[in-house]
Amino acid sequence: MAEYKLMKGNEVIAEAAIRCGCDGYFGYPITPQSEIMETLMLRKPWEETGMVVLQAESEVAAINMVYGGAACGKKVMTSSSSPGISLKQEGITYIAGAELPCLIVNVVRGGPGLGTIQPAQSDYFQSVKGGGHGDYHLIVLAPASVQEMNDFVELGFNLAFKYRNPVLILSDGVIGQMMEKVQLSEIKPRWTDAEIEKISGTWATTGKKSNRDYHVITSLELDSLRQEKFNHKLIEKYKVIKENEVRFETFQCDDADYVLVAYGSSSRICQKAVEIARAKGVKVGLLRPITLYPFPTKKINEMCSKAKGFLSVEMSAGQMVEDVRLAVNGKVPVEHFGRLGGVVTTPNEVVKALDELIKKGK
Amino acid sequence: MTEEIIIAGFGGQGVLSMGKILAYSGIMQEQEVSWMPSYGPEMRGGTANVTVILSDSRISSPILQEFDTAIILNQQSLDKFEVSVKPGGVLIYDPNGIINPPKRKDITIYQIEATEEAARLQSAKTFNMIVLGAYLKAKPVVKLENVIKGLKKSLPERHHHLIPMNEQAITRGMELIKKN
Repeated sequence: MAEYKLMKGNEVIAEAAIRCGCDGYFGYPITPQSEIMETLMLRKPWEETGMVVLQAESEVAAINMVYGGAACGKKVMTSSSSPGISLKQEGITYIAGAELPCLIVNVVRGGPGLGTIQPAQSDYFQSVKGGGHGDYHLIVLAPASVQEMNDFVELGFNLAFKYRNPVLILSDGVIGQMMEKVQLSEIKPRWTDAEIEKISGTWATTGKKSNRDYHVITSLELDSLRQEKFNHKLIEKYKVIKENEVRFETFQCDDADYVLVAYGSSSRICQKAVEIARAKGVKVGLLRPITLYPFPTKKINEMCSKAKGFLSVEMSAGQMVEDVRLAVNGKVPVEHFGRLGGVVTTPNEVVKALDELIKKGK
Repeated sequence: MTEEIIIAGFGGQGVLSMGKILAYSGIMQEQEVSWMPSYGPEMRGGTANVTVILSDSRISSPILQEFDTAIILNQQSLDKFEVSVKPGGVLIYDPNGIINPPKRKDITIYQIEATEEAARLQSAKTFNMIVLGAYLKAKPVVKLENVIKGLKKSLPERHHHLIPMNEQAITRGMELIKKN
């Protein structure tokens, strides 16, 4: 039997980082994600793998340390919660503009402003539409279990290096603070200098060699025509990402008249809502986007031929619902339901909102 | 089998660690488990509660509003969660400090005088294990041997010498529980 551990989502992020050969973590504490750095500090990976763990003087410093590490072809990451992620946005757009790989973890809490410390999903727009300035996208992964907090760290780094693009794990206080059983990944060694040269040797600033030109990492371009050309290069990259990296999961959708769309912790709550509604004879299913960018637009559009309506369930004032509406494109009704400000939606509340959607359609 | 439990009391009573031991025991019995605490201000004093789910199949929502069993360790939690027990469910409470005892007729109510027993044993730390024992008597969802294995997993090795004491406290809880 595989060995299972009982761990918090946050603790698992830290453990998975060490195990996948992460070179450096740079962060600043904030609830509800402080266990990530706490676990790293307790585990002392610098003694085991040589991984650097550093509490920076601020979130801004932490993301710029990530920028520096990533420029050298290292596997580096940071984590924070909503207000802290806002502080990091300048660094994130620079990293996206410089086409560097890195992993960012946001364990979302209620906002705006300092908000509450309880779980929310109100950073969807910030995560998938930009967050920082300029035309860029992050690849956004939304784990719905503690096991996925483990799995998505390595997946995130793989995607980051595959596309030279920052990857965001968009979690929340529920998944971060909850304990579930988890099977941790195998321990992998960090990349050697030779391996970094092989993987990222065409761009990383690993020291000028006599047989190649300087590598310059920058997000600055003074010639607007050249900047436009670069923007088109990014658009092409995002197109490839949209074609190849859409991930989602469906739950009881085959005969569904109505479809709930929910990610992360809300998708777990919606699974229960599906069970409750099905017991009452309502044919309802759940579509869970695993990648929020790229979004499963095509899948949702296909589902319109059978579904009579969609209910987007997220702990926000209605953010992802806009992407669901774009995908549905007016074919059937799309409504939003969710509690706000750190109040977690309950399964029965979702069932009630679904009943209202059904009534409206009749 | 799916057992949905809320454990609620004061911060410092061992509510969260009792839930953790129960969840680990579930893993030892090859069950699916989830442990969802109330976190934040509660950790700094005041009330604490945790939702634990044990199941033979994949667990959907870790957040619930109705429970099969409520384990209640103070008046505030009783006021808050008595209504959340499913009809036919179980409520276990420690009568210590309870002014308004539970009134529902459609659930089975048990008492466990754990505060008193822990004081008698002169070991406040055994309190939550006495309560756990009472729960396991009322709802034998995990075998005692798996609870001991769970204890071993959730306690750091330097505390393993305390396991026999905890086991005794669990047994004591099993003996002391009584129906209202």
